[in-house]
Amino acid sequence: MFKKILIANRGEIACRVIKTARKMGIATVAIYSDADKQALHVQMADEAVHIGPPPANQSYIVIDKVMEAIKQTGAEAVHPGYGFLSENSKFAEALEDAGVAFVGPPKGAIEAMGDKITSKKIAQEAQVSTVPGYMGLIEDAEDAVKISNEVGYPVMIKASAGGGGKGMRIAWNDQEAREGFQSSKNEAANSFGDDRIFIEKFVTQPRHIEIQVLCDAHGNGVYLGERECSIQRRNQKVVEEAPSPFLDEDTRRAMGEQAVALAKAVGYASAGTVEFIVDGEKNFYFLEMNTRLQVEHPVTELITGVDLVEQMIRVANGEPLTITQDDVKLNGWAIENRLYAEDPYRGFLPSIGRLTRYRPPEEVAAGPLLDNDKWQGDAPSGACAVRNDTGVYEGGEISMYYDPMIAKLCTWAPTREAAIEAMRVALDSFEVEGIGHNLPFLSAVMDHPIFIAGEMTTAFIEEQYPDGFNGVSLPEGDLRRVAAACAAMHRVGEIRRARVSGRMDNHERKVGTDWVVTLQGVRHEVTIDADHDGANVRFSDGSDLRVTSDWTPGQPLATLDVDGAPLVLKIGKIPGGFRVRTRGADIKVHVRTPRQAELAELMPEKLPPDTSKMLLCPMPGLIVKVDVEVGQEVQEGQALCTVEAMKMENILRAEKKGIVSKINAAAGDSLAVDDVIMEFE
Amino acid sequence: MKDILTELEDRRGAARLGGGQKRIDAQHGRGKLTARERIDLLLDEGSFEEFDMFVTHRCTDFGMEKQKPAGDGVVTGWGTVNGRQVYVFSQDFTVLGGSVSATHAMKICKIMDMAVENGAPVIGINDSGGARIQEGVDSLAGYGEVFQRNIMASGVVPQISVITGPCAGGAVYSPAMTDFIFMVRDSSYMFVTGPDVVKTVTNEVVTAEELGGASTHTKKSSVADGAFENDVEAMAEVRRLVDFLPANNREKPPVRPFFDDPNRVEMSLDTLIPENPNQPYDMKELILKLADEGDFYEIQEDFAKNIITGFIRLEGRTVGVVANQPMVLAGCLDIDSSRKAARFVRFCDCFEIPILTLVDVPGFLPGTKQEYDGVIKHGAKLLFAYGEATVPKVTVITRKAYGGAYVVMSSKHLRGDFNYAWPTSEVAVMGAKGATEIIHRADLGDPEKIAAHAKDYEDRFANPFVAAERGFIDEVIMPHSTRRRVARAFASLRNKKAQMPWKKHDNIPL
Repeated sequence: MFKKILIANRGEIACRVIKTARKMGIATVAIYSDADKQALHVQMADEAVHIGPPPANQSYIVIDKVMEAIKQTGAEAVHPGYGFLSENSKFAEALEDAGVAFVGPPKGAIEAMGDKITSKKIAQEAQVSTVPGYMGLIEDAEDAVKISNEVGYPVMIKASAGGGGKGMRIAWNDQEAREGFQSSKNEAANSFGDDRIFIEKFVTQPRHIEIQVLCDAHGNGVYLGERECSIQRRNQKVVEEAPSPFLDEDTRRAMGEQAVALAKAVGYASAGTVEFIVDGEKNFYFLEMNTRLQVEHPVTELITGVDLVEQMIRVANGEPLTITQDDVKLNGWAIENRLYAEDPYRGFLPSIGRLTRYRPPEEVAAGPLLDNDKWQGDAPSGACAVRNDTGVYEGGEISMYYDPMIAKLCTWAPTREAAIEAMRVALDSFEVEGIGHNLPFLSAVMDHPIFIAGEMTTAFIEEQYPDGFNGVSLPEGDLRRVAAACAAMHRVGEIRRARVSGRMDNHERKVGTDWVVTLQGVRHEVTIDADHDGANVRFSDGSDLRVTSDWTPGQPLATLDVDGAPLVLKIGKIPGGFRVRTRGADIKVHVRTPRQAELAELMPEKLPPDTSKMLLCPMPGLIVKVDVEVGQEVQEGQALCTVEAMKMENILRAEKKGIVSKINAAAGDSLAVDDVIMEFE
Repeated sequence: MKDILTELEDRRGAARLGGGQKRIDAQHGRGKLTARERIDLLLDEGSFEEFDMFVTHRCTDFGMEKQKPAGDGVVTGWGTVNGRQVYVFSQDFTVLGGSVSATHAMKICKIMDMAVENGAPVIGINDSGGARIQEGVDSLAGYGEVFQRNIMASGVVPQISVITGPCAGGAVYSPAMTDFIFMVRDSSYMFVTGPDVVKTVTNEVVTAEELGGASTHTKKSSVADGAFENDVEAMAEVRRLVDFLPANNREKPPVRPFFDDPNRVEMSLDTLIPENPNQPYDMKELILKLADEGDFYEIQEDFAKNIITGFIRLEGRTVGVVANQPMVLAGCLDIDSSRKAARFVRFCDCFEIPILTLVDVPGFLPGTKQEYDGVIKHGAKLLFAYGEATVPKVTVITRKAYGGAYVVMSSKHLRGDFNYAWPTSEVAVMGAKGATEIIHRADLGDPEKIAAHAKDYEDRFANPFVAAERGFIDEVIMPHSTRRRVARAFASLRNKKAQMPWKKHDNIPL
């Protein structure tokens, strides 16, 4: 076995690989850019080598620099993670030349599958079903329009070297084809250093289901079931699960066998993923093969008990697979939620900055992976696992240079229903402050009836949140639970306040039992009957809820039990009340005495200032260009300016027709969130 | 006998109705509560003991003898806030517009005298049209009596003013002399001369809100220490402030049961200071992470944001915090921030509240504007305030502590009790670039040499150790252990006694 391995990546995946390497007794080497000096993967690795300035194209994807780090540290193998150099055949070649093992497939397989046009041809030859499309390269935007018309709208414009949603656009008409071609090309050039683009038919109502394959260099190959990744936003996966709630055993086997056949056709030897689009009739089409470890690999690990990173390293070391297809059993259900530094209330725009608070839920081992890599057979009933793959820590910095994904939260349980419920609690317990993040959105998805029913397509987010995410309104039952919890907590806080020193003896404040809880515009009159273990909160209709918790005043996270079911609240302070976040909702809760409540009703409701006639900068970023001038009339949907943040160009458009009255920013300006870019008459 | 008892109830009922239901409804219509409703919210339920409910004015001019409402436009008395005694007066706008008569003023004076004698804070809720013109000089005399009591009570018991309606003309000077002024947004204003007079005299057209609303006084003039959305929120937040304050200058600040480990380690503080010394960071994060339960009561949040002032608790005990804020003007000291912090330091010193100073200060703000406006004397206020303060003083330097500003910010030289520095701190006469250009003026033409000199200077002086070698820094501490170190420092100073030489009073450069 290798003595030392270099991880040519950063963030959570570098940390993930380090964990397995450490378990296998292999020393680890991290590489880092200027922006990652203090990063978690650097702290975790046995050694770390600095490889350049923050932009990835000057550090993490510069082959020479990585090769130099390998030389310097004497690493015998390199794990590339995903993204960066993971599917770069030149890198694999450079390693081969240097006699260093690449923990990935042979370069021929990378080349064959890395190019989407070639891979499709090979897939067709290997009898794998494929989507219709244009296989040639596209010259310019007009060429793209012409080809799009030939294939027929809607079309998908993709970077040939792309993956993970970068450099990918869907076009429904000529204008979008033109724009999409240009931005895909730009993003592809920036992210992959390869701006080749191709176009194919966009299959409507599709589900994204992929097969995990694992092959060795001795001609053995197995598939480890599927992952369903249909919940995506702009082709970026958000929620994944294994197995898929949609597949039957026959389809699974058919897809698995085709995937293995394709892998074998290119001499594949490592872990890889064959992505399919599956339509409502369970027809499946080959999409692409990712010749690397996939972001969402943990859900497969959780249901199969196989440590994919370990398998990759063993395969790279020339060992034959010890698993046969018959050994592979799918056990229970695993769900992954990707935590992105993206503000869901601002159209999911990237958010950067310091993580002032970062407290993931406690990890719990259960299920097939209980003993890390040993198959455990049937998992004990009722047990749930929580796994969080992360590359950040409290006090760390989310920079604008890299992918905004900061953690992958996974839960496993014997059933899908239990895994979802475990995920809901885990999301509520996950504390992230300092940056915008998508936790509320993830919570909303976990409670969405379509997701719960397992009936999602890749259009789920677009269709269910057409105007973006505007928060969650909790159902009546949940609101009552929150109200009861807040009443009980408020009372505890008030009792503590009444115990301050310097009180007038015998004239202390008596904290009452009657309270009025106001939240989301609804009043609940409650009476609290407290004892040593908790409180019974009685509502005016006579019903009551039992609240127990070890919460003490000031704790930002309250883990409660309300009527026998868990309730986890993030508690913030607002004048005279609580800000409560749970299940994706963000609500103000006031708990008042009846007299306070009576007087509070007399207070006027104040409306926030009108920003409807301004274009506010939705994220911290750099103005790339301003497309309009003062006095110009703009139409709804017209591009006003482009803001670059986290390597993504975001075109800000007019929400309605208007005339530009003032422009406060010019190309090259760095703006903060909510800075006014322009105003309208 | 029964009739007499009934009569008392009838009289009380009438007095409680103030200016009558119609005016009460009008008050509510303006989004305001009545004097008594505000007291209900301010004090513990059922704790209010009223004085002078039946006092009436004695004016007989202009037909005033025909309307003599009981209480005369102000409700006074005492009660408790979380069981601790406070005195309160609350002007009743429904009674003759809350105007101040001689008897109205007398009622206020009575409870102020009692507050000083009994050592309990005074909370004034102002909602008054001003002087009662019909009373002429009697009304003015009343104001004067209140002013004198504000002065006598200053530094003896905490005085808090809540402006919940108009407060104009001479009336502003009573709140102006109290320790804290809070305003209610959109329903209160304060000015010496109103928009009409301003228009007549200076031709400026300005609304009452622009001239003296909550926004003006919290952001521009710094007259107010905070603003709240409405009366309910204002009363709740004043209660919160009272929980921090001692009853009087002879007592220690209150101690509240706490649920936060004084030894709590905050690893994230080790990365608070950015690598680039010119990059800002949010000092509030440090304050919130040091404080018990992350609870911070900020004073003058919207004014001179380059310095932060407010109250936290450590081990349940009140601590006043003064901190440079690198996010604004690089955290430098200027006229506004010096004045803001000086007044806060002096308040803490009056009332035995220990002071924690968090330092990241590159110096004083340069410029003609500052010099012409007297930054010398205003800066001296903060220097003076720190130097005269005898309460426990703990200082933590997080990054820059340059030049005169270093000395000002509760340095060892100003009787700092514990002066800690983070390893990231730079205690020096100035930044490397500036110092090099002066010391090595001869090499100014040679950028390479200057760069080398600057590097030498940084290596030698851009750290806490030169100061630590001299004992100006007591100890260099790890950022993550700051809460524990600071809490222990204050714990060790609980019996501190320091005195100033006898003097009538000092002569701070006002």
